[in-house]
Amino acid sequence: MEFQAVVMAAGGGSRMTDLTSSIPKPLLPVGNRPLLWYPLNLLERAGFEEVIVITRKEIQKMLSLDTKMKLDFVYISDNVDMGTADSLRHIHQKIKTDVLVLSCDLITDVDLYKVVDLFRTHDATLSMLMKKAPEPTEVAPGQKGKKKPVEQRDFIGVDDTGKRLLFMANEADLDEELVIKRSILQKHPRMHIRTGLMDAHLYCLKKYVVDFLVENRTITSLRSELIPHLVRKQFSSPTSLQQGLDNKEEGRKKKEQASLDIYSFIKEDNSLLKPAPDNSCWNDHRGDMNETLHEGKVRCYVHIMKEGLCCRVNTLALYIEANRQVPKLLLNLGLEEPLVHGTAQITDRGMVGSDSIIGSSTQIGEKTSIKHSIIGSACTIKDKVKITNCIIMNSVTIEEGCCLQGSVICNNAVIEKGADIKDCLIGSDQRLETKGK
Amino acid sequence: MAEREAPGGEREPCRASGAAPGRGVSHVAPVPGAGPGAAPSVPVVVQGPELSREEKLQLRKEKKQQKKKKRNEKGTAAEPPEPGTAADPAQPRVTPHPASPPASANAPNDGEKPPGGKSKAELRAERRAKQEAERAQKQAKKAELGQGAAPAKPRLTPTEAPSVVKRLPEHVQVDDPAAQRKLAKKLERQQVPLRQDYGTKVNLFSHLHQYSRKKPLTQQMSIPSTVIHPAVVRLGLQYSQGIINGSNARCIALLEVFKQLIRDYSTPPNEELSRDLVAKLKPHISFLNQCRPLSVSMGNAIKFLKKEISCLPDTLREEEAKEKLQGTIDNYLREKIVLAAEAISKSAFEKINDNDVILVYGCSSLVNRTLCDAHTQTDRTFRVIVVDSRPRLEGRETLRRLVRHGIHCTYVMINAISYVLPEVSKVLLGAHALLANGSVMSRVGTSQIALVSKAYNVPVLVCCETYKFCERVQTDSFVSNELDDPDDLIVQRKGQAQLGGWAENKSLRLLNLVYDVTPPDLVDLVITDLGMIPCTSVPVVLRVKNVDQQ
Repeated sequence: MEFQAVVMAAGGGSRMTDLTSSIPKPLLPVGNRPLLWYPLNLLERAGFEEVIVITRKEIQKMLSLDTKMKLDFVYISDNVDMGTADSLRHIHQKIKTDVLVLSCDLITDVDLYKVVDLFRTHDATLSMLMKKAPEPTEVAPGQKGKKKPVEQRDFIGVDDTGKRLLFMANEADLDEELVIKRSILQKHPRMHIRTGLMDAHLYCLKKYVVDFLVENRTITSLRSELIPHLVRKQFSSPTSLQQGLDNKEEGRKKKEQASLDIYSFIKEDNSLLKPAPDNSCWNDHRGDMNETLHEGKVRCYVHIMKEGLCCRVNTLALYIEANRQVPKLLLNLGLEEPLVHGTAQITDRGMVGSDSIIGSSTQIGEKTSIKHSIIGSACTIKDKVKITNCIIMNSVTIEEGCCLQGSVICNNAVIEKGADIKDCLIGSDQRLETKGK
Repeated sequence: MAEREAPGGEREPCRASGAAPGRGVSHVAPVPGAGPGAAPSVPVVVQGPELSREEKLQLRKEKKQQKKKKRNEKGTAAEPPEPGTAADPAQPRVTPHPASPPASANAPNDGEKPPGGKSKAELRAERRAKQEAERAQKQAKKAELGQGAAPAKPRLTPTEAPSVVKRLPEHVQVDDPAAQRKLAKKLERQQVPLRQDYGTKVNLFSHLHQYSRKKPLTQQMSIPSTVIHPAVVRLGLQYSQGIINGSNARCIALLEVFKQLIRDYSTPPNEELSRDLVAKLKPHISFLNQCRPLSVSMGNAIKFLKKEISCLPDTLREEEAKEKLQGTIDNYLREKIVLAAEAISKSAFEKINDNDVILVYGCSSLVNRTLCDAHTQTDRTFRVIVVDSRPRLEGRETLRRLVRHGIHCTYVMINAISYVLPEVSKVLLGAHALLANGSVMSRVGTSQIALVSKAYNVPVLVCCETYKFCERVQTDSFVSNELDDPDDLIVQRKGQAQLGGWAENKSLRLLNLVYDVTPPDLVDLVITDLGMIPCTSVPVVLRVKNVDQQ
């Protein structure tokens, strides 16, 4: 088998606690489908037949997905706080081949073969997906007045072709200067450094990386620790690492350190590639006397998406953005369900905008206009309500004469008559009085 | 005045030079034609003035009818017209038409008096008798089979071995919808996706595939590939993206992947390894063919492997059989590629003298190895001129390898060869394949270099291992070639790509050829692992190889 897919759905959604306090993150409805459905759908479309889903126990009970794939749920208890790398270590016995790791909050329509082809063609250690991040335009509801700190920027260095990942650092790890090792510049004199890229958390990893993780217990998170480590490793040789580790961590035996070096995990069945490159006339760089790929064994590649949808539902603002983009995505996927569910009872069809999604069993009264909104199932919306740019979850009751703009209303909320809500976030089970503002 | 008939590459069988010394012997073409696919022997009338006009017209009409019939019947029989093997009286062929042979046979040859006349006449009489007997036989057969009133089609006599009708391979019949449909059906059966052609092709080459590198075959496959082994998918991607380039490299990579395939293979119950493994290899070979057309070296390796697999004795257990196969593949690799390279390098650098200036073209692993070995193992001083051409610019890699070894190099583009050739002492070229008529198939541009070198009287040496010898015959570069991605020709200068919008312009077509064919008279010597042979001895080597393998 070539690949195994792993979806990480155990995260807590720490950056949008308003929403995730009542609903676990993988089940957050986006476009009236649970968030977990999107990465699973991506894998299904690509042709995967089995997926390993790492999640918390209660999620599976609430989950009802209709996919043809075989889902293998692995549970982590709530008490243990596991990072993504820890989770991989937890299931390492199930992993027998190269692994494709996805995060549950990824919504994208990328062609997976582009990422995977980079992995296959160059026999890479790591292949990941990134997208040019859009500028945040609007302030998220519920956060008015709070000055959001500037998001920590990522510095990503790629080579001339735009495929080879040379450098990765987060602003938080740097003091004042960006330090680039000389060995990188010696091998790749031209490097493009970009800051506006968003990491999609989609990684193709070789099996020996998982073996390395098993031995090396200090790495807890894939994104913040393992990936930068691999990127740095491309340009350091095994011996120099040993000296480096000696200096940093005292009290460890040398033997242990040697075995922690990832090079020792790379099996020598690179024989497939050995004699051929000697005779092949391809070289990935020119201008110096080195062999192709500088005979480096660790190689990291990145596919940077230019067009298309790719968002991670991490924060409230991104959640709203995702909801806005999802109707287009669902249309493109060609799903059979129409945007407006069949069982919804809408008295006035004409007032419902074309890119609004309405869930099942929702009742919508007369003279109610709904534009650019997503309404969950089993909602009751009375007459003369104006809803624009809102996300309304399941079982919400909205009485007459309300006007909602740019808001997020969670499950089971009740909004009494005449309320005028703008840019608010209303939690679950809340009740808003009449004529509230 | 012999009337020549030359349909599709067949040789005029009757030119009497071999059988009957002296000109103008009219005998009715008992010529052994070239190998398979019987060449019709044409009644050739030798001395014009003896035949009447009506007879000549009649003869012409018959020839035309035969030609038509042949074309309708078979595909092209790609027989190499064997040079110099003309009439062999030991193998008489049937002459189809009853009327003409007697006429021409009896045409009195008063005019000439061949030396050794009596033996000639005897021979002639013998031949006539044989032909008439065979004609009678044929008529009888024809009456049995109840074929139409058309004159007898040229067929082999039953005494001769049945020949293999060579069919045109699919990859040179892209503009024939029937062939493409057959291919599509075959690929569907094997569950291999069909790669779409890209862009408008130049008319002369519309019979070849043209693929785009940006649309790999994996686009249409499921991601964890189940039908095709992952190693083969990786290999196919590396071929189509140009990462593994060069005849030897591709063949070595292919054999390594086959070793892995065999390792991962397990015989299903009720099947025999020798038959099932070949069937399992076929979809993978089709997949690789779709990624990039197979090279001659790869084709020969596959043929060898298939033969080895089908010759496995049934008594072997599965593990033993697999080990034996791995051993044979290793042997093939070692003997035909690695050791052959060593042998060629040794014999070639004997040709390099002190203070030589050697011209090389593109990147050939053999030539590079020869030059590096010559530099390290002998103490002759020589310098190298590396000629390069767009769009591949492979010469840069040659340059890097030679300079790394310490050889003094000059680098020019192919348009400068007439400027450098006056100081060149010999030209050393690599080959993708050697064809059965002695032509050399190599990277596009090689024939130019050979041509200009001939004009400057510089000797041209070609290095080629014997496993790249091929039984195909080509006299031009059009019939069987490879079209590379035309977008490679687009060059960006100062942020602008002049040819960027070529697809929108209806009257603009880009052509990116990969190979070309150098005629044998431009090549002075071929250095193989069997020694140094002239170009025209290639069919001999092929014949010897065939005998060896049987």
